[in-house]
Amino acid sequence: MNHVKSERIALTLACVLAFVFAFPYNVSAMHIMEGYLPLAQCVIWDAAALPFLAVGVVRVRHVLQSQRRLLILLAMSGAFIFVISSLKIPSVTGSCSHMTGTGLAAILFGPAITCVLGLIVLIFQAILLAHGGLTTLGANTFSMAIAGPLFAWFLYKLGKSLKINRKVNVFIAAAIGDLLTYCVTSLQLATAFPGESGVTASIAKFLGVFAPTQIPLAIVEGLLTVLIIMGMESFAEPELRELRWEGEIKA
Amino acid sequence: MKKNTIIVAVLIAAVVVISLAPLFWLRGAEFTGSDDAGSQMVEEVTGSAYEPWFTPVMETILGGELPGEMESLFFCVQTGIGVGIIAYGFGYLIARKKYGADARAQTSETTRQKSPQSVRSV
Repeated sequence: MNHVKSERIALTLACVLAFVFAFPYNVSAMHIMEGYLPLAQCVIWDAAALPFLAVGVVRVRHVLQSQRRLLILLAMSGAFIFVISSLKIPSVTGSCSHMTGTGLAAILFGPAITCVLGLIVLIFQAILLAHGGLTTLGANTFSMAIAGPLFAWFLYKLGKSLKINRKVNVFIAAAIGDLLTYCVTSLQLATAFPGESGVTASIAKFLGVFAPTQIPLAIVEGLLTVLIIMGMESFAEPELRELRWEGEIKA
Repeated sequence: MKKNTIIVAVLIAAVVVISLAPLFWLRGAEFTGSDDAGSQMVEEVTGSAYEPWFTPVMETILGGELPGEMESLFFCVQTGIGVGIIAYGFGYLIARKKYGADARAQTSETTRQKSPQSVRSV
């Protein structure tokens, strides 16, 4: 009983602090800038993000109501997104970018809950930091908090059924999920700005900007996700068991 | 356990090397954000500077962009707090595992008979 109470305190504290401070400052990259998408496309991406968000809210409610011991892992997954998406890292192209950090939450809790966590980060970035934007919120949510996590989660499940080494599997899922976020962003920008040479050539151009910068960062994100997962496997066995995490957990 | 320690050390080393290598490899590079590169690419593709049709809320309130030093401040505070939450979580979990095992061992001992040797080993 006692530790359930302290878990609640930990989570409340984590959530409050996360809400107040979780706005990646000084970040660059990925998010489509405020006012850069035509209104019609903003609405389309909003609509596309909505069903995922609805499922996510239901899932989070379920965790809050009947799986309270998982709250500490949920808070840590959210905090991981905040930290990882705030770290600006130099890359081989001579520009800086940051990672998404959504792979961990996607692998542990699935893409729907990750959507909610990612949206919180994006709203704060849009309002307080002028990064991303309220008009492009749907599009950014779709790329960072839906498409990337969904793909990471799918890759993880696939790797599990193929019986790939679990650490390698986590690495691949998190890294490729991060990359896919940037592919989707390129697609979104390209459909908004097809230019004279058409959408396909435009996609290639935007990918040319994002991809080389992002590949080393995707590798770093994969490695960090593996580290966190290893830590959780060592010390959070009961919670992982409740998540039906299959691995080296000793009974 | 020993194997895991090695893996952790190698992974941390790899993260540090990959993150810092470009700094030394590409001396004199500016390392600006790829957001800027993105909006430059928009200009290049469309052939003209794009005029965003909506201004960020914070810039509207402040009447301009946030000063760079303030950005750094918030940036550091945010990273620190985020790390704090994760560290708190791991601190909690590690202590629970360590002292939880102790408590279980002690209760099982008191239900049996007291053996001073095993108490010391705990």
